[in-house]
Formats: sequence, C-alpha cells, structure tokens
Amino acid sequence: MTGKEYRMACAARGGLLFMRGVPGVALGGRVQVRDHRNHKRNGQVIRTSNDLILVQVFEGTENLGLDTTWVRFLDAPFEITLSPDLLGRVFSGIGQPRDHRPPLIAALKRNVNGAPMNPVARAYPREFIQTGISTIDCLNSLVRGQKLPLFSGSGLPHNRLAAQIVRQARLLGEAEGNFAVVFGAMGISHDDARFFQESFETSGVLRNVVMFINLADDPPIERLILPRTALTVAEYLAFDLNRHVLVVLSDMTHYAEALREVATAKGDVPARKGYPGYLYSDLAEIYERAGRIKERSGSITLIPVVSMPSDDITHPIPDLTGYITEGQIVLSRELHNRSLYPPINIPPSLSRLMKDGIGAAHTREDHPRIASQLYASYAHALEVRMLASIIGAEDLSESDRQYLNFADDFEQRFVNQAEDEDRSIIDTLTLAWDILSQLPPETLSRLTEADLARYHHWTPVAMEEL
Amino acid sequence: MGEILEINGPIVTVHLPGVLNGAQVSIGALDLIGEVIGLDGERAVVQVYESTESLRPGEKVEPLGHPLVAELGPGLLGQIFDGVQRPLASIFERSGAYLVRGLNLSPLDRQKTWTFAPAPDHKPGQRLEGGEVLGTVQETPSFVHRILVPPDLGGELLELAPAGDYTVDQVIARIRDRTGSPSELRLYHRWPVRTPRPYRRREAVGIPLITGQRILDTFFPLLKGGKAAIPGPFGAGKTMVQQQIARWSDADIVIYVGCGERGNELVDILETFPTLTDPYSGRPLMERTLLVANTSNMPVVAREASIYVGVTMGEYFRDQGYDVVVVADSTSRWAEALREVAGRLGQMPVEEGHPAYLASRLAAFYERAGCVETLAGKHGSVTLIGAVSPPGGDFSEPVTSHTKDIVQTFWALSKSLADMRHYPAVDWTASFSAYVGAAAPWWAVHADPNWAERRTKALELLTEADELAHVVNLVGPEALSPEQRWVLESAGLIREGVLQQSALDPVDSFCSPQKQFVLLDLILEIHRRGTRLLTLGVPVQQLLNIPLLGHAKRLKTGYGNDQIEALRQFATEIQNTFERFLQDYAQPPPASSAVTDGEQKP
Repeated sequence: MTGKEYRMACAARGGLLFMRGVPGVALGGRVQVRDHRNHKRNGQVIRTSNDLILVQVFEGTENLGLDTTWVRFLDAPFEITLSPDLLGRVFSGIGQPRDHRPPLIAALKRNVNGAPMNPVARAYPREFIQTGISTIDCLNSLVRGQKLPLFSGSGLPHNRLAAQIVRQARLLGEAEGNFAVVFGAMGISHDDARFFQESFETSGVLRNVVMFINLADDPPIERLILPRTALTVAEYLAFDLNRHVLVVLSDMTHYAEALREVATAKGDVPARKGYPGYLYSDLAEIYERAGRIKERSGSITLIPVVSMPSDDITHPIPDLTGYITEGQIVLSRELHNRSLYPPINIPPSLSRLMKDGIGAAHTREDHPRIASQLYASYAHALEVRMLASIIGAEDLSESDRQYLNFADDFEQRFVNQAEDEDRSIIDTLTLAWDILSQLPPETLSRLTEADLARYHHWTPVAMEEL
Repeated sequence: MGEILEINGPIVTVHLPGVLNGAQVSIGALDLIGEVIGLDGERAVVQVYESTESLRPGEKVEPLGHPLVAELGPGLLGQIFDGVQRPLASIFERSGAYLVRGLNLSPLDRQKTWTFAPAPDHKPGQRLEGGEVLGTVQETPSFVHRILVPPDLGGELLELAPAGDYTVDQVIARIRDRTGSPSELRLYHRWPVRTPRPYRRREAVGIPLITGQRILDTFFPLLKGGKAAIPGPFGAGKTMVQQQIARWSDADIVIYVGCGERGNELVDILETFPTLTDPYSGRPLMERTLLVANTSNMPVVAREASIYVGVTMGEYFRDQGYDVVVVADSTSRWAEALREVAGRLGQMPVEEGHPAYLASRLAAFYERAGCVETLAGKHGSVTLIGAVSPPGGDFSEPVTSHTKDIVQTFWALSKSLADMRHYPAVDWTASFSAYVGAAAPWWAVHADPNWAERRTKALELLTEADELAHVVNLVGPEALSPEQRWVLESAGLIREGVLQQSALDPVDSFCSPQKQFVLLDLILEIHRRGTRLLTLGVPVQQLLNIPLLGHAKRLKTGYGNDQIEALRQFATEIQNTFERFLQDYAQPPPASSAVTDGEQKP
C-alpha cells in the first residue's frame, strides 16, 4: 500500500483532506500529499474507516484540486530522527531543516506523539533553578522538571523574559554545561524569532539549542505537530543523553487556535469559545511530557508562553493551562506601563512545586517564610494603595503609609531589574529583608521570632520623607 | 469475532453482532481493551481505554464476556492503579517509564500469599448469604481484611479452607447456590464498577469526619458517609486541601482518585505518604491509602472509568465494616471525558458542550456515598469528596452548579484568598454545610458544649467584618465606630489565628477538635473583653496596639495538640492584659464594672 498513490480525494477544507475508498488505513499514519505542481505536503490520518479517511495536511489545503491531488499512505506513524547532531539546528514543525543544512541521518526515530509517562516512574521535582530574577527565584521558584507557563498579553515582554530565563537559568552549586534548550516557536513574528536567535547567539548558548520554528505566516496546521516534535527531541536529550533540557514554547495560544481551526473543519462539538471539548486533554498531552524520571539524571523543564486574549485569564487557553501546569507567572500590563521590568504580577503568580525546592536544603532556611510574608504584606499594601486612591494618601494612618512606601519600594527595587541583571538567590533574599525592614516586626506574622531577630533591621522611614 | 469498521479517536465502531451493551471487548492486534457504550443493529460503538493510534479498519474484535469489573481482595492497599485498575507499579517494572499499550496485568498480585483465618463459626452445611464474612487476612499490621462472600452469591457452604497461606487465586470455599450449582470462592472476587454494591439498609449519618483542618471541621463540617465538593479555580489550593484530607482524616481507608490531574501530584503522594505516619494507627500512611491515577495525559476513556473503579473499591471496604473516604480529583475532568465521548458520538450538547445526562450521572455517582448496615450486619461508610475545577473559576458553570445541588458540604475555594496566601483558601461566605446541626452533638461531647454557639459567633463576626471592609474601601477606616474597628480586628484575628492553617508547619498541619475549639474560644474571648473595654471608653487605637494580638495569631503554631491545657492557660494572659486596661481606665471605678470583671471561666 505504501507504494501506491491514490487520487481519491472527495473534499478538502480547513486543512483537512477527505479520501474515499482506501481500505485498511491505520489511524495516525503519515501521509504524503502531492499537488498538481508536484509539490509535496505532509499529512496524518486523523480518522479512518473503509469508506472515508480524514487526512490533516500540515501545509494546509490551499491550492489543492480534488482530481489533481495524489496521496500516498506511508503506513508509519509520524516520526522524527534523533541524534546528538540535533543541537544547534533549526527545523520546521515537522522536523525538516530550516537552516539550509542537510537533514539529519540517524537510525533512531521516534513517534512524535510519545507515550504517557507512568506516574510511578516520575521523580518528584525538587531541585531549585536560579533564574537570577528576584520575583521568580524568591516568590515563584522554578524547579527542574517543572512546567511553569508565562501568562502574558499582546505587547508585553514575555519573549524577553523567556529569553532572560534561558540565558540565566542554572542550578546552584553545579557547573554548567549539561544543559540544552529546545525552543518551539508557533505563530510568532519574524522579529520575535530573530530576537530569540540573537539572544541565544550573544549569550553563547546557541550550540546547545534546538529550534523548531513555525512563523506567523507559515501554515497554521503545522503548529499542531510542532510542540510534539519539540518535546520528542527534548525527551531524547533529557532521558537518552542525560541533559537538563529547558523547553520554551511560544506561543501556545496560536497552537490552540490551530486546534480549533481543524476541530471546526471536522465538525467537532464546540465547548467554550469554539474550542473543542478535548482541548484540556490535548494540552495535557503536551505539558505533561515535562518532568523527571526515576534513576535518570536528565530533566525537562517546560516554560510555555500563553498570551491571554484581551488579557483575560479566564479565557479557555490560559484557564486550562493553569489547571495542568504547576503554577503560572502572570505578566501585568499595569506594571509594564509603569516601565517596570519584568512586569510580573505578584498576587496571581504561583509556583506549586516551590515548597519542596526551597529552604535550608536548597536555598536558605528562611526562604519559605519570607516568600509567604512578602506575598501577604504586598497584598495588604495593594489594599492600602487602593484605599489611598479613594481617600487620599494624607488621610492614611502611619502604619498604612508605611505599607504604601513598602509597595513602591518593593516594586521599584525588588520586582524591577535590568534585562541583563543576574541576581543570586542570596542577593534576592537580602534585598527582600532590606525592603521588609521598613515594616514593623509585629506586623510580620508569617516570620518566626528567630527570623526577625536574625535578619530584620527595623528602620522606620522618617515621616518627613513620606 | 468481529471487525473494526471505523476509528475516530478513542471511539471505535465495530461489527460485532450479539454483544451486550456495557460489555468489554478486546480490539485489534494490540489487544486494546474497550467497553461497548452503544448498539446499532449489528454494529457496536466501543470506547477504548488506550490510544487507538495505528489501529486500522478490518482488524479483529473479540468480546470478553463481562463488563468493566474491579478485582477486590487482599493486596489493594498501598497500591497505585490506573483508571481501569491496572497496577501501575507492576507495569513500571515490566515496561519502563512510559506506558506501553496492550499490557493487561491483573490488579492483584497472583504470586503473593496471604495468611487466611477462616471465621470460626462457619461449618459446612450452613447457609451463607452474599456479603457475609468468610474469614480474615491480616493485610497490614494494623488492617484486617475481611474476606467476603460475593454480594450476588449465597447458598449452602460445602467446604471452607483451613487456616493457612493462600494466593488470591486459590479456592478457599465452595458454596452451592439456590439453583444447586456449586461455586468456588477465592480470596478475591470481581464486581462491575458501574453497579453500586448492595447493602442491607442505609443509616443516618451523624459522626463528623475529622480532617484536622479548622475551617473544614469547625466551620463547615462533613460527616462520615456524607458527600462534599471542593470547587476552586486553579491556584486556589484544591490539591493541598485534598492531600491534607487524605493525610489526616480519621477514616480507616482513604482512596485518592487522581482523575485527569497532574502526574507530579501523585508522585508527591507516592513519595511522601510512605514516610508519613497515620496519626490514628501509628503505621505508615501509605498502608491505609490506595491511589487510582489517571493523569491528564493518560487516555481519556479510562479517566471516565477511574472514579467508578475508585468508589467500587471504597464500597468493598465499606462492606467489610470500615469507614472509607474517597477523594475524586477532579470530577470536572471526569465530566470532560464524558463530554469528549459524547461529542465524538455526535450527541446533542446542552450546556457548554456537556451532554444532557451530566446531572443524572453526577447525582448517581454521589449517591454511592453513605453510611450503611452491610449485608453482614456491620456498619461502614463511604464519604465522597469531589474536587471541581470550574472553567475560569466560574461557579455557575454546569459541573459546579449540578454538584452544588447534590452535595451537603460545599468547600468553596477563593482565588482572592489564595492570592493573599490565605490557606486553606476556603471562602467562608460561599461555603456551606448542611451537617452543622447533625455534627453539633458530637462536638458538644468531644470538645465543648458551646461549640455551636462559638461557631455561629465567629461566622457572624467574619460576615460583619466583610461588610465593614466594603465601607472601609469606600471611605477609609476612620469613618468606622470604635466598635466596628474592633470587629474588623477580631475578624482579622479569627482569619489569621484560626482559619489560616499551614499544611507545611509540623505543629499546625493537623489540629485536634479540642485544640480547634480552644483556639476559637480564646480569640472570641479577646473580642468579648475588648468590646467591654470600648464601652468603658478605652480608645480603640490602644486596643489595636496590644502585643497580645500578635501572640494570639501564633497560638496555633505555638501549642501542639497535646498541650491543650497549656493553651487554655492563655486565657489568664488575656485576662491579665485586659484587666490592666480596666484598672487604668475604669477610674473612678464604677463599682459594677469591677465586679463583672470577676466573671471568669473557671
């Protein structure tokens, strides 16, 4: 059957090609489509019976004629070739070279869909990664094997932040070198793609990077397979070559939109905002490939970028993502407009795996409590700020004015940092104590007496400065 | 023998005349297992528990002759199963880190032997009914596994094996049923998971399930045999609350069903529970725990089955006379699995794509909770706690709103509390418990007769403070009367000193009912005395600055569950502090106030 080409298309729409009368075709099989100009396209069988076959064409179904389209069923799943030579290369979503170099040749090939990891095989992630960014290291600590998305909005510097994390991320007390980066770009602009490329080049990590690029003007259906290809490579690097792999996927919203496009063409019942009911399971198949495996030294840490349509965190894509990932870093337009970088919105941001990756064994003994205290104090300070905007700062009590000051200082000195500023976790914690010392010790109920005695230097800001 | 006609994701249409609806079938060369969910002439619609990739039309289909069943017998505890009860640890040993398809291992270890002790009063010739206890197996040092006659069987006992070591496959008894045909009984039996196990009768619920979490036990109690839901948007701490319940609740068995959730959360349980000690038996916590794990990346159809597998195992332990807690995390993912299958079948969607039978399926599931008198005359219970993950945190969405109609205890988690790192982020205005009245007698006996009154008072303060907070947000705190500012402060004390509870703090993680009451009582005492001082003209600012308030917030971590008496002594400190004020301000002393000050708790 692999040798035969069929010309039995009966319909083509929305990236799907409908074929009649080809019996016994396997689900998920790879397909080669040849159009009237003899150009080849790639596809995959997504529904099959003896009467009708649905083929998803990654390059789209534009310019296909029903009578002039030839389809060859390759009778094999979608696979990618794996070898250490992947590093430093740039590919398309289906694994074809985009860097004008020859395709990889190696014996090892794997199905890009992977297989679900047995929960019993997982090792719990607990190794602290220092990103050099105070708001992440101190308040939303990232650990190896975690999946921590960046929730952003259009125009916010999520790509700059992701690039900074890639440049600066390292494990405390371990020599660098054993890491790799897999970068999957879905529907991002040429400018953003160039920015990442240059950022990897200037920081000298490029030889440890594998890039999978599908730009905004590339066929959208290819975005459906791109993260799977990228993560198959990441699994190979992590669990065959024992690398610590950081995977950045930008932007998952474009992925979900492509999924919706195909689902609509297939006639799937829509659930919310036209997205199919299986969006959660589909996203989980991608995100859950991050992690660690028992008795293997590599790891996959996943940082997907999710741009929230209209900054709406309840939109299905960020919402379902948040239910799968182990926390989220939320960017704030308000902080960005006040020229703060990185504009990380503290209250809704969260790292679920932080509790086991910080503290005496990993960072410093007081870390868990100071993070909790900063959250609590800042939350209170924001309430005070809201109150001040209504009744005016003059009418605030002295204690409230201390909080107002604390909020400003926290944002300007702690949240705000330069794009090339790499703060050690100890520097970050020192800074945190410095800022918390503006508040009277008795209001800091999340800290122990011992913490306060050791680190807190109560320096009330003189009233005339307020 | 039939053949595959069409493959559409996990839904496969087959030609298989005569198969029963609900029966299991084996599909294709890989022997994937599926379940018939619809019939149309000679065609059957099958949902397959594993990925259908690489299946092709024309491959063979074989009926297995039974519906989806759970194996019930010794060896369940401490295990982790997937959604159709395959043993994940054995699969890991067999096939490595990734799940391979078509590997169908039996849930219970066939090699392992168990020491069986027959029930002493059973003699051949005697009648045995379904559900009666044949004998026992000491499964762990603290757990006696009662071997039951399958509920759908019964008759004359022909033979009962003597005490000794048996594998689960060996015959331990023979019974001749009413029709005269003999049956062999083993240490385990099978039960179809979608059919509730029978019992003699339902009993009224009345004993609280103690979870050691103050906001749950004191404010929104759940009873053994009751049903509860924990809805909350992502990041509100659902998982943490459920894990705390799994850790600390005073049940005999805890079954945790990870239904479409994160893999790492189960790993967390798998790694930490064996190191934790069951506070009631002193044994490793894992010995009373059983996990069903169908994580979000595992096949969606097995996810739909997972909660039935979990609750069936729960009912099995209930039938042995135990109190069981089944935690289903999350029922929303289960509903989504239902929706995905319904969508692929082209069924008409009603609300947000969910099929019309969502509400009835949910209700039927929660009805499997309850306190019962078992067929053997014992008393057991299944408490069901379902997490709900409402899209966008919107509690009006179908799964949350239907669940709210069904459950009696509703622990609503709030994103804004979680954002303030107020954990557990249970919202005291949106939560409810219909069991307060039923729980009160227990609390009156085991903690204090004033429990119900204190609980009401605290909730009133919290509610009043919430209203006052709106005023403050509009016009500032200066606009409030001194009494109102004191209410705000007292509510803050309740929030920080009682409601907030750190799961990570070794002292505070579990709070005994007695400590729960004393903490609340002390803080209400501060409120009461402060209010009195205000009426005597003490400026509220002075009260707000008392260092005692800071200490009150830390009482929860300062005194362990075994230091209740020492904790009670804090009342003296409260008394001394406030009396000092009284001496300063009550001059010239109106004789009456000095006297009323003497009304102390003994």
